[in-house]
Formats: sequence, C-alpha cells, structure tokens
Amino acid sequence: MTLTSLAFYLFATVAVASSFMVISSRNPVYSVLFLILTFFNAAGLFVLLGAEFLALILVVVYVGAVAVLFLFVVMMLDIDFAELSEGFLQYMPIGATVGLILLLELLLVFGASSTLIDTKPLPQATPDGMTNAEALGRVLYTDYIYFFQAAGAILLVAMIGAIVLTLVPSNNPKKQNIAAQTARTRDDAVETVDVEPGQGI
Amino acid sequence: MDSVFFDTYIWPALIVTAHSLAIILALLVSLAFFMLADRKIWAAAQLRKGPTMVGPFGLLQSFADILKYLLKEVIIPTTANKPVFILAPFVTMFLALSGWAVIPVSEGWAVADINVGILYIFAISSLGVYGVIMGGWASNSKYPFLGALRSAAQMVSYEVSIGLVIITVLLCVGSLNLTDIVLAQETVWFAVPLFPMFVVFFISALAETNRPPFDLPEDESALVAGFMTEYSSTLYVVFMIGELANIVLMCAMCTILFLGGWLPPVDIAPFNWVPGVVWFILKMGLMFFMFAMTKVIVPRYRYDQLMRLGWKVFLPLSLGWVVLTAGFLQYFGMAS
Amino acid sequence: MLQNLTLILPEMILFLGAMGLLMIGAFSKGDSTRTVNLGAIAILALAAATAGSFANNAQATAFNGAFVMDSFAALMKVLTFVATGIAIIMSQGYMRLEKLARFEYPVLLLLAAAGMGMMISANDLIALYMGIELQSLALYVVAAINRDSLRSTEAGLKYFVLGALSSGMLLYGASLIYGFSGSTNFVEIAAAFQPQDGILPMAQVLGLVFLLAGLAFKISAVPFHMWTPDVYEGAPTSVTAFFASAPKLAGMAIFLRIMMTGFENALVAWQQIIILLAILSMVLGAFAAIGQQNIKRLMAYSSIGHMGFALVGFAAASAAGVSSVILYMTLYVVMTLGTFACILSMRQDSGPVERISDLAGLSQTRPFMAFCLAVMMFSLAGIPPMAGFFGKLFVFRAAIDAGLYSLSIIGVLASVVGAFYYLRIVKVMYLDAPADEVNEPMPRELSILAGVMTAFTLLFFVYPSPLVELADKAGAVLMQDGMVATDMLQEHLAGH
Repeated sequence: MTLTSLAFYLFATVAVASSFMVISSRNPVYSVLFLILTFFNAAGLFVLLGAEFLALILVVVYVGAVAVLFLFVVMMLDIDFAELSEGFLQYMPIGATVGLILLLELLLVFGASSTLIDTKPLPQATPDGMTNAEALGRVLYTDYIYFFQAAGAILLVAMIGAIVLTLVPSNNPKKQNIAAQTARTRDDAVETVDVEPGQGI
Repeated sequence: MDSVFFDTYIWPALIVTAHSLAIILALLVSLAFFMLADRKIWAAAQLRKGPTMVGPFGLLQSFADILKYLLKEVIIPTTANKPVFILAPFVTMFLALSGWAVIPVSEGWAVADINVGILYIFAISSLGVYGVIMGGWASNSKYPFLGALRSAAQMVSYEVSIGLVIITVLLCVGSLNLTDIVLAQETVWFAVPLFPMFVVFFISALAETNRPPFDLPEDESALVAGFMTEYSSTLYVVFMIGELANIVLMCAMCTILFLGGWLPPVDIAPFNWVPGVVWFILKMGLMFFMFAMTKVIVPRYRYDQLMRLGWKVFLPLSLGWVVLTAGFLQYFGMAS
Repeated sequence: MLQNLTLILPEMILFLGAMGLLMIGAFSKGDSTRTVNLGAIAILALAAATAGSFANNAQATAFNGAFVMDSFAALMKVLTFVATGIAIIMSQGYMRLEKLARFEYPVLLLLAAAGMGMMISANDLIALYMGIELQSLALYVVAAINRDSLRSTEAGLKYFVLGALSSGMLLYGASLIYGFSGSTNFVEIAAAFQPQDGILPMAQVLGLVFLLAGLAFKISAVPFHMWTPDVYEGAPTSVTAFFASAPKLAGMAIFLRIMMTGFENALVAWQQIIILLAILSMVLGAFAAIGQQNIKRLMAYSSIGHMGFALVGFAAASAAGVSSVILYMTLYVVMTLGTFACILSMRQDSGPVERISDLAGLSQTRPFMAFCLAVMMFSLAGIPPMAGFFGKLFVFRAAIDAGLYSLSIIGVLASVVGAFYYLRIVKVMYLDAPADEVNEPMPRELSILAGVMTAFTLLFFVYPSPLVELADKAGAVLMQDGMVATDMLQEHLAGH
C-alpha cells in the first residue's frame, strides 16, 4: 500500500460518494456543490496519473466557470425542487436494476474476454524530459490540429445557436454612448441666461 | 524498513507542514498590517489620521479589531442555510491561503515549486467566487443574494481577461513554473514590454477581488453590505481575512508576472545586497498601495459599465495582445 | 502539409465561407438574409465543385490518416452539398412568409454541411465524432429556429436530448473500441477486430453494438427512430426538408465507411444487426405511416422505411450492395426534396397547411403540383418505371446475390404495404372533391425545383448508366472490388 494508491482510493471513494450525492440531494444547490467536489476529486485523480495540466484545466474550466454558471442558474430558479425530486425514490429501484444489470454485463464481458484479447501496453503519456503542458502543446497544434479546429467549429456553432435561440432584439435599447458623453463640453450643456425679474425665460 | 518509511513519508510531510504553517503565520500577521495600511492610506488621502489609539501609531489596531470580532456572539439568521452559511467564509479564506503554497517569495522559497504553478494560482483565484456566491445564497435574504449574483457574473467575466494576460506572459516565458517566470525577467521586467497587459491585469485583479471601483457585490449604498450583510463576528472576520488574503495574493501575482518577483530593479552593487524576499515584499507593498489608492480615488462603476469594460474592452484588447505577442515572438525567432 | 490542406478544401471553403457570411450578417445594417442566403448557395456550389474535382483521384489521406478523400467521399460530398444548397433555396420563400427569415439559418446550414463533409471523410473515431457533433449541433438549433412555436422548440429539445443520448452511446462504444484496438484509426481498428473461430470476442462486440446504436440513431433506423416523427412534424417545414435529405446521406455514408473499412473483418458480428435494423425499419415505416393525417409525419415514417430499404443493400456487404445503397440514397434524396418542394407549397389563405386532407382535389385546382407530387409518390412507392423502382431493384438484387432471401422477401412485402399510403395521397389528390379552401399557386423557385426533380424521377430509366457507374466506382473504393452493379444493369436492360 503506497501513498499513491492510498490517495487514489481516497479520491475515488470521495468522487463516487459525492457524485451519488449529486443525484440524491433534495436541494439542487447541494447537488451542484457536490458536483464541484466530484470535479475536485477527478482533478486529484488526474494529478495521480501525472496529468497535472489536465487536472488544473479541469478545475479552471469546470469548477471555475461551468459550475459557477450552474450554481448561478440553479439559485435563481424559483421552483420547489423538493417536490420535483420526490419522484426520485420512486424510480430508484428500476434505475438501480438497470444499472446493476449493465454493471454485471460489463463485468461478465470483461471478465470473460480479458483472456481472449491481447491487451497492448499503454503508450507513455509524456515523453521523457518534457512537462505535461509542453507535451500537450507539441501535438495539439500539429498532429491533432484537425480535431482541435473541429472542436473550435463546434463551439462556434454552439455560440451561434445560443444567440439564435435566445437573443430577442430590443426595439428600444437604452444604450450608453460613452464617446458622445465624454465629448460633451460645458458649452453644449450649459447656457447662461440673463433673466429679467418677473419675466421668465 | 521503519527508517525508509520515515524518510520517504513522515519527514517530508513534516517539512511541508512546517513550511506551510510558517508561511500562513507570516501571511496572517502581515494581513493585519495590510489592513491597517489600507485604512491609513485612505485616511491620509482624506486628510485624516486613521487609527491611532491602539499601540504606537495605531499599529495594533487590526489585532484589536480581530479580537473584538472573535469574542462577539455568532448570529446566524434562522432561515439561513446553516451548513453553507458557515462553510462560505471558510471556503474564501482557505482558498486564498492555499494559493500561497506555490508563490516563490525568493529563489527556492516556495512550499511547492510545481510545474504548473501559474495555472494553480489561476484556478485558485477563479474559485474565490464560491465563497461569495455560497454566502450570498445561504443568507436567504435579498441583498446578499443580489450581491452574490453580481459577484458571480463579475468574477467570471474578468477571469477571461486575466487568463489571456497570463497566456501573454507565458508566451514570453515558455514555462508555467512561477520561478521560471521570475527568472525570465532578469533583463527586463515584463511590466515594460507588456505594459498594456499590466494595466489590464491590475484592473481585472481589482474586479476579481471585488475591490473598489468594482465593489458592486458589497456596494453599501445599494446593497447594505452585499453578500456579507448577514454575517457577523467570527464568520465575518473570516470572510474579511479571506478577501484581504485574496487581494494580497493578487498583489503577489502582479509582482511575479510583471515586476520581476524577488529580483532587484537593477542588478548592481547596493541593490543586489538586499535579500530577494525584501524586494518581493516591497514590490507587493507597492502594488497594495496602488490597490488602496484606487479605492480612494476612483468612483464606483455602474454594473453595465463594469460588464462593458470586461467584455468589450479588455477581452478584445487582451486577445489582440496574445496574437500580437505570439506573432512577434515567432517572427523574431524568440519563441521558446 | 499542403497536400493535406487540398484534401480538406471543400470543408475549408464551407467553414471560412460560413464565418465570412456570419460577419456580413452581424455587421450589415438592415436585413441581410437574402444576401447571406445567396452567398451560402454560392459557397455550397463552390464546395461541391471542389469536392467533385476529387472524384477521379486515388484514395488519399490527411492528418495522420484521420481524414480520407476518395471517389466515394467525393460523390457523397457533392450530393450532400447540393442537397443542402437546394434546401436553402427551398427555405427562402417559406421562411420569409413565416417570419423566420434570419441570416443565421444559412450559416448554420453551411456549418452543418461542413460537419457532414467531415463525417463522410472521417477515417478515425475522433474525426467521426467531431463531424457528427458539428452536424448535429447545427441541426438541433435549426430544429428549434421557430422559437415562438411550442412545437418547434419541443422538436429542438427532443432532438437535442435524444441526440445527446445517442452521442453518449457512440462515445461509449468508441472508447471500448479504442480500448480493444489501441487506436482510433479505422485501418488499425480493422486489424485488431479479427474474429477468432468465426466469432468476435464479446467485449469487442459490445463496443461495436454501442457504436452501431449511435450511428443508427443518426440515420433514424428503428429502434432508434423515436425522435424522427416529432422532430419532422415540429420543425418548420423547410427545416424538415433539409433533415430528410442531406444529413441522412452523410449518416449513411459514414455508416458505410466505418463498417466496410473499420470493421470489414467483423462482418459476422454486424451483418445480423444491420439485417435486424433493416427489417424493423421497413416494417415500422410501412405500417406506422398508414394512420398518419399529417403529411410531415407521414414523410418521417416514409424516411424511416427508406432507411430500412437502404440498409437491405448495406446488409449484403458486397460491392454491389454498397453501390446500391449509394444509388438508393441518391434517388431517395431527389425524391424527398421533390416531395418537400410540393409540401412547402401547401399554403392556403390561412397560412401553411400540412394535413393530407388539405390536398383533396389538388389535381383540379393546381394540376402541375398534383402531377409532381403524384410522380414523387409513385416513385417513393417503388412503382416502375419511376426512379424509386430502380433503387429498390438494385438493393434487393444485391441482397439476393448475397443470399439474404428472407430479408428481400420481407422488404418486398413492406414496400407493397408502403405503396398503400403513398397511393392514398395520389387518390386524395385525384379522386377526392376539392376542399373549400384553395391552395395558393406554387412559388416560382419551388415549381422549378419540383419540375426538375419530377423530370429526373420520370426519366431516370432512360439513361441511368452515368449515375450507376458513379455509384459503382464509389462503392468499389470502399470494397476494393469489381463493378458488379454495372453488370447487373446491363443484365437487367438486356432482359427487357
């Protein structure tokens, strides 16, 4: 039992337990908080695998941005979630059964076939004398440029889609024209008038 | 066997713990003085004297304040979500403190000199929002909640430009290691060639730490005290320490990224006699002074102006600088 | 490197064009929809021409074998891009009248077309997934483009949720396949997926089944068809016309490629699955369409049925089978677009209508439209000498040659049942009394398109050999085999 495997079991157990809490919590805010805990433990697992760059990117992107928006939305929703999730336990047996069957099948399949298929040794993730980030950077823009750009295109479509489906052009937008504001001088705004008493302007 | 176990696990663990405790202690003590400095600078700008009563020149004022907060009764609103309410300030404080694990205050003076140090700091600082948003939501009250929502949107927005500024610096260094970043500035501090990015980073750091002029989450004239409205005594002081630790962390980050860390301004006789850690603290002090002066001088932004600045000015600007820097380095063959 | 970039030129044209049009749309003052529409059509034409120029080149790969360009890919890309272009042309008037005209629509279609091109040329699991996602994401959005309509948003959401589920299955299968082959490249997967003593190891089969399920969803083969009727009915009709044409082509193309190259040795494992999918799709397509009152829903079941017929040729797993699938899909797309040109013209004073009863007596009020639709229906039913008959003929011949007799018999029976509901539409148009409300005249571009498609469908039998030869060549590339379908055609023509 080395320290690494101890850490692995710790991260893995917490990850599984907290992901279970994600789906079983009554309060959706708790669900998101547990989701964040799950992400952290997944990041911990990445670190154990020697992929510290991925681990931190996972934290920055998922915990730092995606989950914040989840939390943001969940907190703003005014729905009685306790009532919504009441049906959860009702569906629990059937869900558990399906999951169990799937698990058994997989165990059966892998158990039976581990002897049939020659597994190949895993290729070394990071070449010697290179940091994680450097190793990723060397292939991301060369060998994997096609996939990388394709992923960019997919994100572009997602962005266009979000705008198409949600942006309602306003007929009367109240926009601040900062240039016009700063360009305004005293002469434009103030006029000195010599008012005669009792006359008005 | 026993000694091997001791040598490989126990001993390093003890050393790391001692390191961490030392740095946390030093940090907490210095935070007290930073808090005082903040008030003194503010007072001086308004031709006041600031705290003077506790200790010589009021030097012990912060300790007295902290003690007072700790001794008061903890009040938790009945409708608050208790576990999250209590968790929130501690999340803020622990995150801010854990960021210091990788900060090299002088050559080799870091608890953990990890390869992806800058990413670690970036990740930690982007998590700061959780304390605010959890505290705001758990209070179950409208002003804290509004403050939390403002804060979440604001911090996520400014994180984008902070990330891009960091990328610009990384392009010039070719490493994510904080020590390497400092050492790369031996000839010239990055504040000089990347001056616009320095400015963007400084302003984004203000927004990221909810400092004036971007302190809309705790905007006292509109939101009472924002997400901290319902907090009192110990929990409040923990929140305060967390926020301040975040600000100091940002100062340290500025120092490392743009002001050459522990390096002396010029590498000649009287300057390089001074130990690196002194330079580091001086530079951090300078950054904190700028933070404090901004608070004094600049009026608070309106929320839409804040968003506009983040998305329409800083994002294109920093993105453009990334492209420009990358193109420049590649063209002149300086890419590492 | 330059060689690599030439190979993806069609996709690059589409993608860069889409971004350019997006800029035009976003920054131009006033309504730029028309300009963007025309630009999109021009870009699609250019991309199709570029893709077509690869038709005679030998197979070449780019990006470490992730992207492959050969005559099969060239033919399928030309067809897909042209179908997308026609979908944009057909959408113009409809979208304008329905107040849905937005410049993002052609841009999304262009990006979807780029995704389809990537799918067709995918030679790697990651490339496959990227292409599918790029395509599907654009499709989810256009399905919901009528965001004020409950049914359209429901269609978009339903499509999205089920599409995400299918992508999940596909990814799960892909990860298993990667695990057992150590590579994501189709060629290397083929080397690893070798049956031992006539059976594939269970674990590999599991990965294959998940992948098949994910792909079957994309071409809406039963039992992965649940989304089709609702999405077809809910989405705006011009979007449905697009859904029924180009994505089906691209889906079938990648399905063919991955099975014929990546799993060519694992035929024993997947042939029976394809047979099952084919039977279920044909039977469900035939029976479920009978009760439909909504013509878009009917077309959904019709397209499910036609996917079943195409899969019959697929199941044959021979060069003749592959080229028959290509031919079938080509004719299917022509017929579908022709039919939708007529459906898009179904408009009365109250607005667009889509019930079958709204077609009553169309032969008296709008004879040209009725004629076109009737020809399309005859052809979809597979009645000689329309084009649809030849499609079915080749598919069934290939299946019989491969010894799949019962499959062919079920297929023929299903097409007889299917003929019933196609002919019912003809009966409604020609024998029923006209309804009170009269259909408005066909818009010009739709009548031209419908006329061209009708002429093609009617006259295909006069000179079918160019298309058949192209399909043959494309099929031969996948199978590296002889020109079987051409021989079949010669034989058939000689027989008459």
